[in-house]
Amino acid sequence: MADVTVLAATGNQMVAEAFRQAAVDVLAAYPITPQTTIVENYAKYVADGRVHTEFVAVESEHSAMSASVGASAAGARVATATASQGLALMWEELYIAAGMRLPIVMANANRALSAPINIHGDHSDIMGCRDSGWIILFAETAQEAYDNSLISFRVAEHPEVQLPVMTTLDGFITTHAMERCELMDDATVLDYVGQRVPENPLFNGPGPVGHGMFASLGGSYFELKKAQRAAIDNSAPFIQEAGDAWAEVSGRPFEFVDAWKCDDADYILVVLGSAAGNSRVVAEQLRAEGIKAGVARIRLYRPFPAKEVVAALKGAKAVGILDRSDAFGAEYGPVGLDVRSALYGEGLLIPTRNYIYGLGGADVTLDAIHQAYAELQELAAGKLDQSLSYLGTR
Amino acid sequence: MANIKQLSETKERLVGGHRLCGGCGASVAVRQIMLGAGADTEVVVCAATGCLEVSTTALPYSSWDISYIHNAFENAAATLSGVEAAYNALKATGKIAADKEIKFIAFGGDGGTYDIGLQSLSGALERGHDMVYVCYDNGAYMNTGIQRSSATPLHSWATTSEVGKAIPGKPQRRKDLASIVAAHHIPYAAQASIGNWKDLVDKAEKAFNTPGAAFLNVLAPCPRGWRYEAEQTIEISKLAFRTKFWPIFEVQNGVWTMKEVREKDLLPVEEFLKAQGRFKHLFAPGNEHLIKEIQDEVDEYYDYIKRMCG
Repeated sequence: MADVTVLAATGNQMVAEAFRQAAVDVLAAYPITPQTTIVENYAKYVADGRVHTEFVAVESEHSAMSASVGASAAGARVATATASQGLALMWEELYIAAGMRLPIVMANANRALSAPINIHGDHSDIMGCRDSGWIILFAETAQEAYDNSLISFRVAEHPEVQLPVMTTLDGFITTHAMERCELMDDATVLDYVGQRVPENPLFNGPGPVGHGMFASLGGSYFELKKAQRAAIDNSAPFIQEAGDAWAEVSGRPFEFVDAWKCDDADYILVVLGSAAGNSRVVAEQLRAEGIKAGVARIRLYRPFPAKEVVAALKGAKAVGILDRSDAFGAEYGPVGLDVRSALYGEGLLIPTRNYIYGLGGADVTLDAIHQAYAELQELAAGKLDQSLSYLGTR
Repeated sequence: MANIKQLSETKERLVGGHRLCGGCGASVAVRQIMLGAGADTEVVVCAATGCLEVSTTALPYSSWDISYIHNAFENAAATLSGVEAAYNALKATGKIAADKEIKFIAFGGDGGTYDIGLQSLSGALERGHDMVYVCYDNGAYMNTGIQRSSATPLHSWATTSEVGKAIPGKPQRRKDLASIVAAHHIPYAAQASIGNWKDLVDKAEKAFNTPGAAFLNVLAPCPRGWRYEAEQTIEISKLAFRTKFWPIFEVQNGVWTMKEVREKDLLPVEEFLKAQGRFKHLFAPGNEHLIKEIQDEVDEYYDYIKRMCG
């Protein structure tokens, strides 16, 4: 019988609890703001003997992911956490972890990238590795950071998936703010995540195996990459299955896209992570004024749920896509490009605008969200073009 | 240590058919070191990107008859840290039988160890993982075409320390990696050579049997990069020792011990240099002072090791 504890907790606390409850075998990590309290909390579990985890206090994030690759290839359940420059330093290893088809769960406390140096929340770090082959989830709240983290283990280690998963939460806003959270009892969680059954581990298998082999010209590099593309494309139903199974236990639904009042909406904002709350508040205010506003929050970012995004947006007169990072030199920010491409693929030429917002932790004010919705009305009326703009800069 | 007949009957972990060059010192080093693991011990090997890696694991083939992992260039030590941590965790939960013993060994070249992998190595040594790390030192980035590394000797030619009118080869002396490793105060660190096989197998055996981190820096000559004929690899390794170019020593629990060159075996460093095309320019008229500088550096380092050995 599931037993729930209600507590006030930060997102980082909840991620640390999720890792503890998942009975992680190896956790190799390096401190970086605003992720640090995840590994600090975990180090305390280790010191107190509450977990059997081998905690590898590595000398860099590059080594954190390198050790995670080694541990996962050996057959262990592996988790780690990072942010910002740390994620950037791991870049080489992110591609290797995915290319070697190794289940690893990594929490990322989404934070700005230098320069200039800035420790606050945005999505520049995570968007830099959106094409690395990892499955990527975005949490809006501390509760969802917990839920996503648990779901991640089921997905990563699923025999039909075998891919690394990033469970992300916005720096400071979600990592550090206290919220009302529900913590499931350990036994129920362990039963939900199950045991990892590794394929071709370095030891404990029937014979010697090779991981990270050389596939140059005449090898099978091209075919292996095609197989990797198929693996992430085909992971979607297993992600939904894992989310549904957790929803059954927790009572909290799991959808790739949380389409809030999108059914009849004329003007929709697409958003990832913590800014969804403010967006819904403004949309509610506009609805009171008779303007049909909606919010489509993307929870699963990779593989990109194009079908679900289009389903949410298809009836809109204008769509604003909020991007908490820029794709410098491209027509739109990363989410803008994804959403526009999805609409085009379905033959929907709904006018869009792309808003870069909240970089380096800049406030996402209600006024700024109001401005975006106001512009969408002008856009629908043909009074504004579809360009990219920075929202809320001084 | 087992005798040579027993060693000759030990199952090879790196088997024939690989694509390393004839006369390559790296494969000789691996085979000699693996003899130190014990005939029946399970070993997991990790290779850094480099000649050994690309030449032994080209899909769909593998030359390793043991479990193998390659990750990237600079992180063999960190990768094997994770493997060893997994072994401990799986043992703690009973997923690996309590009486099952597995040894862990990493191989990196001098580029992957002295240079790009030094941080990863230092971290792993400080954490004290139960593993052996081997640097097979051929004194340059041979896999990418003989570029200089911090292990390349003073005044040596390499493709990024070219010999010309303005500069006569690499202007800097070699990095003293063995001492850097020893300064981590790990239980076992040694420098050895494939030209002294008995000593190397003996040191490998000690390294494998040492609980905690152990390190071997092994001279592994490269005929292509050093510019000599393939059949001379062992002879040149022996010259490296006899000319004091490559001192052989170990640091066991803080105690330094060296294998001194016997007076009757001692040769001037020219004997090592002249056997190799990478030092050919040193023998042009007017360059005698460069050889003198190398001799001085070699003597200074040898004396330093001697002082450490008390």
